[in-house]
Amino acid sequence: MANVQNTTALTAKGSAEAGSMTYIAPLAGWLLPGLGHLIQRRYLRGVLLMLAVFVMFFTGLAMQGKVYSFNTGDLLDILGFIGDVGAGALYFIARTMDWGIGNIHRAIADYGTKYIVVAGLLNVIAAVDAYHIAIGKKQ
Amino acid sequence: MTIELSHFSAALLFAICASIVFGITQRNTARDMIRYGAYCFSLFIGGVIIASWVMWFIKH
Repeated sequence: MANVQNTTALTAKGSAEAGSMTYIAPLAGWLLPGLGHLIQRRYLRGVLLMLAVFVMFFTGLAMQGKVYSFNTGDLLDILGFIGDVGAGALYFIARTMDWGIGNIHRAIADYGTKYIVVAGLLNVIAAVDAYHIAIGKKQ
Repeated sequence: MTIELSHFSAALLFAICASIVFGITQRNTARDMIRYGAYCFSLFIGGVIIASWVMWFIKH
């Protein structure tokens, strides 16, 4: 009888943790690339995802790519902003530090802009993956 | 700090990072992740090489 009660209590605790993880994991993953996997003990995946997004984002900045600010102008600028925000904390740090002003005189700077946008989009994919792990859809 | 990458090295770095994320997020087992990541990487690089040859033929 005591065993049944213990098992029920553990199951309830486990499902409560899994329930909160469905919100925490994707949010953490968005805020800091790879963190959604790390807090679910997928260390290697988390580190690799973090590395991939960090390398893309900072290489984009080093190539003098542009970091989009919030705007309601051109559609491509709006989409660029949405992509950039996907990088989470990296985006806000870059905006705060005034990085990513862009350089229209260098062709490679345009690549950098795309790197930064894609880093954000890849981070969104990683955050969704962290959510799938949290709900048990993926191991 | 600024870095100068050639077109190919920029495409190579892009392919590596995107393939890592695609491999990890789109498959379930470690073996499948590596295989799919390698598959995406080869498609990225293959696409770059084919596109560059197409542009070369257009120019000449």
